[in-house]
Amino acid sequence: MHKFFIRSFVSSLVLLFTFTVAAIAKDVKAAFVYIGPTGDHGWTYQHDVGRKAVEAAGFKTTYVEGVPESADAERVLRQLANSGHDVIFTTSFGYMNPTNKVAKEFPNVKFEHATGYKREHPNVSTYAARFYEGRTILGTIAGTMTKSNVIGYVASFPIPEVIRGINSFTLAAQKVNPNIKTKIVWAFTWYDPGKEAEAAKALIDQGADVIAQHTDSTAIVQMAEKAGVYAFGQASDMDKFAPKAVLTSVENNWGPYYVDRVKAVANGTWNQKDTWHGIGDGMVVISDLDSQMPADLRSKVKKLQADLASGKVHSFTGPIYDQKGNLMVAEGKTADDGMLAGMMTYVKGVEGDIPK
Amino acid sequence: MIKIVKRDQPSRAIFFLTPILAIFLTLVAGGLIFYILGFKPFEALKFFFIVPIADKYGFSELLLKATPLCLIAIGLSFCFKSNNWNIGAEGQLTFGAIVSGGVALLFYEQEGFYILPIVILAGAIGGMLYASIPAILKTYFNTNEILVSLMLVYVSKLILDYLVVGPWSNPEGFNFPETRQFSDSARLPLLFEGLRIHAGIFLALAAVVISWFVFYKTYLGFQMKVSGFSLKTAKYAGYKGKKMIILVFLISGACAGLAGVGEITGPIGQLHREVSPDYGFTAIIVAFLGRLHPVGIIFASLVVAITYLGAETAQIFMQIPKYTGQVFQGMILFFLLASDYLLFFKFKFIGSKK
Repeated sequence: MHKFFIRSFVSSLVLLFTFTVAAIAKDVKAAFVYIGPTGDHGWTYQHDVGRKAVEAAGFKTTYVEGVPESADAERVLRQLANSGHDVIFTTSFGYMNPTNKVAKEFPNVKFEHATGYKREHPNVSTYAARFYEGRTILGTIAGTMTKSNVIGYVASFPIPEVIRGINSFTLAAQKVNPNIKTKIVWAFTWYDPGKEAEAAKALIDQGADVIAQHTDSTAIVQMAEKAGVYAFGQASDMDKFAPKAVLTSVENNWGPYYVDRVKAVANGTWNQKDTWHGIGDGMVVISDLDSQMPADLRSKVKKLQADLASGKVHSFTGPIYDQKGNLMVAEGKTADDGMLAGMMTYVKGVEGDIPK
Repeated sequence: MIKIVKRDQPSRAIFFLTPILAIFLTLVAGGLIFYILGFKPFEALKFFFIVPIADKYGFSELLLKATPLCLIAIGLSFCFKSNNWNIGAEGQLTFGAIVSGGVALLFYEQEGFYILPIVILAGAIGGMLYASIPAILKTYFNTNEILVSLMLVYVSKLILDYLVVGPWSNPEGFNFPETRQFSDSARLPLLFEGLRIHAGIFLALAAVVISWFVFYKTYLGFQMKVSGFSLKTAKYAGYKGKKMIILVFLISGACAGLAGVGEITGPIGQLHREVSPDYGFTAIIVAFLGRLHPVGIIFASLVVAITYLGAETAQIFMQIPKYTGQVFQGMILFFLLASDYLLFFKFKFIGSKK
């Protein structure tokens, strides 16, 4: 009788131990909340590529697409937190307040919010990419390839993220070609193929022969292809949508970060962070360079890419002047992250005013 | 042999049975779609229609979602009953949200019992003002209210964009397109701790009761009914058409505006670009599914609300694409319109004797 009890006691201990270890090591589940459809070939598509990397690393994942930033976001987040997910990535700015609100109710679930600035609870981290480094590359290419010296830029919303991109792009283009002008059209959307195509058309009509974009659809590169001008892919490699127009793309590469963070949750080493990674950490990736670009430009771009990665070159190195000629960054200095995060003035060479 | 015969009079029983038939057909067709997509149909339907409301929290979310749909659909039924095709409830909702949100921002960091009533009233007035545009253009300039009200939806969204990007954006918000959070006095009170269902549901219920009374107990309701059947008869009877048209648009706009107030002072708590996931358009389906009857609209709003919740649950637990929710809404409307055929025609079975 005693033997039976001891045996069952030991075996249940062993069982319990196995289950606990399994629960800690294997059963970490990650969830992703997307603003658009996974087939947008832009923002959401790239986050989903990152999610697949997490799956490939051996973790279970769930996603919900097309979640509006209205009152619905909070319900989706709560449902995910309630259904056994250990870490939830919320991949649009508008999820910021719901993320922090739900995080308060679920202290054991980790929340990772993309592109936001609020970390109100210890289980909320934020992350974003230094896309402006990619735009330094695009500006260098655009400044070299333009013949009309007019470069078009389809922008989404007048927020620091977008202004920073316009400035970084323009500064790099000016460096190789002091005569260029950047013309901006504000589309006031992140994803609306119709509006984006219209904006691109307007810029081409104004003489732009290179078009850059800070919106997510493939409509702009397709419009450029039709009009016979150059363009750059956004978020994903858009070369296949416009093989002649697209010179290169700036890809958002979230996979390594996602795998890293989910592993940290599994190992119990997850901590609150504010991550802002660029080319050096591989969060921003430059696609293959098109063979239409002269060989010396291609090697120059490769070198610039390496220098941005190593930190030898900074996208915002002085002297930098604003549109009115006031000094923004002194000679030999670089803009610090605080200045970059709140950047709301155009540099010299950008045409027009920031919509207010 | 089966013969199709025209009915002498539309059948009243069929009138109220067809919505149920439409829902049934939607479930069958939905199950079929799930089957074709490679999901187990019954399990998928369970995750779609039962799991989301299986607990207290889920049920409160259902009511939260149904509240704006019901409120807007009640308002729309005033218009639709009287042959006025207000398609722009989404715009009236947005404009109501803008006006009430603006008032709520005026009271930023102030507390007081009087704030919430003013904010609510502002939303209703905003919706009414916005609905008066297609109404006045229709009555005095003979414009088509369908086009005008629809186009104004886009205008209202652009106004909202402009305000939250520019003058009303949160000064501490790094220029992101959103306003400050409203003070607690400008928020609708929650009914239960830990659930999101808020006092806005009483606005919807009040609208149901008032609309029932107006439709069936007042002269206005009778006028609306006659105009709905035949505009010529209404004219012959000497009804002042213009006054009634403007009145139903104002009622409809007020309801949509109140739905906007409910969203921003309820679960959202601020203004940003997406105050409504197209409630104003979905409410059109709700109004017709509910047969423009106040009680019918309550049930219809619950049915349509669950397609939103179900789509989320089905994607989380079964990886079914979330956009199937919209497919379900489309199917409900399609089957409803299709089964309206039965209102006017009936099948006659002719025995094959001999």
